[in-house]
Amino acid sequence: MKKLDRNQIAARVARDIPDGAYVNLGIGLPTLVADHLPKDREIVLHSENGVLGIGPRPAKGMEDEDLINAGKEPVTMLKGGSFFHHADSFGMIRGRHLDYCVLGAFQVSVAGDLASWHTGAPDAIPAVGGAMDLAVGAKNVLVMMEHLTKDGKSKIVERCTYPLTGARCVNRIYTDLAVIDVKADGLHVVDIVEGLGFEDLQQLSGVPLKRAAASKAA
Amino acid sequence: MINKVVASPEAALADVPDGATIMIGGFGNAGMPSALIDALIAQGARDLTVVNNNAGNADAGLAALIAAKRVRKVLCSFPRQADSWHFDKLYRAGEIELELVPQGTLAERIRAAGAGIGAFYTPTAFGTRLAEGKETRRFGDRDYVLETPIYADYALIKADRADRWGNLTYRMTARNFGPIMAAAARCTVVQVRETVALGELDPEEVVTPGIFVKRVVRIAPLRKVA
Repeated sequence: MKKLDRNQIAARVARDIPDGAYVNLGIGLPTLVADHLPKDREIVLHSENGVLGIGPRPAKGMEDEDLINAGKEPVTMLKGGSFFHHADSFGMIRGRHLDYCVLGAFQVSVAGDLASWHTGAPDAIPAVGGAMDLAVGAKNVLVMMEHLTKDGKSKIVERCTYPLTGARCVNRIYTDLAVIDVKADGLHVVDIVEGLGFEDLQQLSGVPLKRAAASKAA
Repeated sequence: MINKVVASPEAALADVPDGATIMIGGFGNAGMPSALIDALIAQGARDLTVVNNNAGNADAGLAALIAAKRVRKVLCSFPRQADSWHFDKLYRAGEIELELVPQGTLAERIRAAGAGIGAFYTPTAFGTRLAEGKETRRFGDRDYVLETPIYADYALIKADRADRWGNLTYRMTARNFGPIMAAAARCTVVQVRETVALGELDPEEVVTPGIFVKRVVRIAPLRKVA
């Protein structure tokens, strides 16, 4: 089996984002998606801290501390970009104006519950940022994560054991092993990596999976 | 005559009492009113409640205020960061209180305070730990959580340009919480890069109208030495 690396997962997510979409990329792994967006599509990136139309990373020495993304990394602006305050920025999110958001996750449940902000460990300092707003607000919530934990447990679960970021909010899951749609009647496998069979994926995941109608999953 | 321009950050913050609730603008370092925070540290007010998106980065600004043990409670969305060591230490020692608020709810609670809204329902956090104990209600086919405004005694924010009426423009993503915090506090103090004569700001480009601003201090930006 050929597991996808982080950039390959990002490229797979990017392939599904259509021309004209308004998109928020969460901090961490999802930020990589920006590097793989097809050049022939006009896609407008939003960041929680009040910006639409984020461009590529600035050249070394050209960083401006007043121009950053939600991960507090320096960015540039595309022509057509705009700035606005935080309440407007989250109005865009909650008000269902964003077409897609891409979030990292600890766990996603069969029902589409998302756990991404807190391990629940007693000494952990919780930090939620904008994830709960994105989870309820974006028209399509895409999750990008490794399929298994470091000790081989499935991150797609019957019921999240970590505290929830949002209930029944995830639309599609992209992992290093598969692409899976979350639908009312369960999980539908859309894509599966080369060399991994549907039954193998089923076994690794430990939750019921269906073959999507037009899936390539063998 | 209206003249909100004050000579120094010290003069602008001289009357901050112990126990005050203070909103501090900025998202990371963008829009962080560092000169005002330094003056607040020097001024000595303690037992403060601070509203900011974060809980301080590295050793300067809000992190220094927290390290000086002036802060009793922080309301923020994202305290834990690679460089939030001052907050982390006090939090683990039980010496600082945290009210964790989802970022959009934080922004809207601040906005509501400035706009005279008594409370509002938001879908954010429904069904999660951060909505526990809160009133919920279903409208149409969605569930919402009741949230209340966050009022402040002071807002310390950073803008780009101001005139003596307190009209403000901002610079890029340094705007972030500035406009909504300015409206939510009884006394808004603004650090600006430049003060200009009345009439020099095009009314079309004013982002925060002077009605929300009490005091303006010009702080010449430090030239960065590479």
